[in-house]
Amino acid sequence: MNRINLKIQELEKSGKKAFIPYITAGFPDIKTCRKIIQALIDSGADFIELGMPFSDPIADGPTIQLSSQTAIAKGMNLPKYLALIRKIRKTTQLPLIMMTYYNPLFKFGIKNFARTACLCGLDGVIVPDLLPEEAKELAQNLKKYGIHLIYLVAPTTTKKRMHMIAKISTGFIYYVSLTGVTGIRKTLHPQLHKNVRVLKRYCRVPVYVGFGISSAGQIKKINLVADGVIVGSALIKFILANSNRSHFTKRLKRFISGLSKSCAK
Amino acid sequence: MSKKVPNRYGYYGIFGGKFIPETLTRALAELERAYFQAKSDAKFKRELNGYLKEFAGRPTPLYFAERLSEYTGLKIYLKREDLLHTGAHKINNTLAQALLAKKMGKTRVIAETGAGQHGVATAVAAARLNLECEIFMGEEDMHRQALNVYRMQLLGAKITKVLSGSKTLKDATNEALRNWVSTVEKTHYIIGSVVGPHPYPQIVRDFQSVIGTETKRQLLKRVSRLPDYLIACVGGGSNAMGLFYPFVNDKKVKLIGVEAGGLGLTSAKHAATLCKGSVGVLHGSKSYLLQDRYGQINIAHSISAGLDYPGVGPEHSFLKMSGRAKYVSVTDKDALDAFVLLSRIEGIIPALESAHAIAYTVKLSKKIKKNSLIIICLSGRGDKDMDIVREQNIIK
Repeated sequence: MNRINLKIQELEKSGKKAFIPYITAGFPDIKTCRKIIQALIDSGADFIELGMPFSDPIADGPTIQLSSQTAIAKGMNLPKYLALIRKIRKTTQLPLIMMTYYNPLFKFGIKNFARTACLCGLDGVIVPDLLPEEAKELAQNLKKYGIHLIYLVAPTTTKKRMHMIAKISTGFIYYVSLTGVTGIRKTLHPQLHKNVRVLKRYCRVPVYVGFGISSAGQIKKINLVADGVIVGSALIKFILANSNRSHFTKRLKRFISGLSKSCAK
Repeated sequence: MSKKVPNRYGYYGIFGGKFIPETLTRALAELERAYFQAKSDAKFKRELNGYLKEFAGRPTPLYFAERLSEYTGLKIYLKREDLLHTGAHKINNTLAQALLAKKMGKTRVIAETGAGQHGVATAVAAARLNLECEIFMGEEDMHRQALNVYRMQLLGAKITKVLSGSKTLKDATNEALRNWVSTVEKTHYIIGSVVGPHPYPQIVRDFQSVIGTETKRQLLKRVSRLPDYLIACVGGGSNAMGLFYPFVNDKKVKLIGVEAGGLGLTSAKHAATLCKGSVGVLHGSKSYLLQDRYGQINIAHSISAGLDYPGVGPEHSFLKMSGRAKYVSVTDKDALDAFVLLSRIEGIIPALESAHAIAYTVKLSKKIKKNSLIIICLSGRGDKDMDIVREQNIIK
């Protein structure tokens, strides 16, 4: 069984909400990135979403644009990314989810990608510029290897589409909390709770909410209706500000624990 | 070729499609609906034609370039899009899309710009139609085209400097898309070329087709025959698509798109996407791209900011693959020589973009039959390029 499904069962049993930190692979460099991943595992992450950087990330705000650019400049690419997944997989059974854009996968070859990703131990793939309508080839190939293609739902998604996406979704649904790109926001979208409630009525898989989330307070509010949260830009910002300071790992663990605790029952 | 492209999913053969964030699906569906309604709406057409005629200056002349013809031994006609208001073909599309935005009830338009021509044309249309306007422009291009930045500001547009990536057109397009994702409810994104997710490549092609339709009518009236060659420069490919499209089914007419060869195709510094690129997905559609082996987008280079783009419209990729059109390139230097040539022998200063088409025609003249009938799309005028050309110290 896919590690995502196992984790979801475990969370459902315990009544805990999912906490999913996002970081960009190879940021700030490959060595530090591996340390960060270990810190995430140690401090309460339920899944890890690892970004495979793309030169033109149209769904991302300035923070993740910057981490992507840095990672590419330091030599990150899809083969290295998959090698990194393979290494992490040796030390943990946490579900590992890739976030990337379509072009690096397309260039690698979709069949080849699905097979290699499976061998390396990847559990899910999120592609924010790939609508279900365009995703057939990728979805079929990933399915063959037991990897989930995770679809997104946005505040502008019509009810009809929500229904369609809910029907084809496996693993979980990524609900985009706001009309915009990734990055920290002070306030939550006014329709967030209502939209997630509607979406949950349509689907059997859990709904995790991402984009714009940075504080324990926001997480608690979102988890009133959602099954979990994804935190990205806030974490990248923290890494940017602290990775050169002493006791970085310790600080990072404290930061992550603070957020992950707000997902406790 | 008799099959209509795009199909209902926005595909031109294997190219095109909709590769966009979920947030934009509703806006694109709405745009598609509004566009197909407008297309068959006599009132919309009348209104648009009115603006194109009275405001933009259509029809543009099809000018027999007598001295260039003598120089090359060919019969060359220039389609004078350079004589339009704002100095380039871009306004055909911006006026039409701004009208469409109004029809959809949007109050704000945004656009990306490289050379600034599309930005200026958008700002002009927005001013005329009373729409709020924001233009995204790479920092690098803002330096290269400082005068156009001022022009847009004068027209009341807000200019947003783009600092990400290569700080040029590709990144301005990313930033415009990001802004659109965030403001989609009241904003229409006026894409400047035949690129982007469906239905944009089709919309821009159709709105630019006025170039080819007029050309055909004018030429038939004058010489009662179709041309042997159509030649146009290709960055994203809007002026070329606009000229080619009405001739696509006239199989005897050869279509040639001229890409920016920059410092040469063996250097890494060019923008010859169709000549040297490979298939991939950028800015919402599948097409040829300049990319590395890992699918990261390369930075394009051209002396002409309007051609300096690592992608190309999906329909051009389709025309290339099907063999209907041929794509070639000329270098920065060739383009500069042609820039001077046309200025000296015709008294017309072309845009550096259009100079690429002139340069290729001169080369082609040595290989083809004498007196072949050629149409060149003179997509824009060269006033905007004075600073860049002056730096080259051509006049001895």
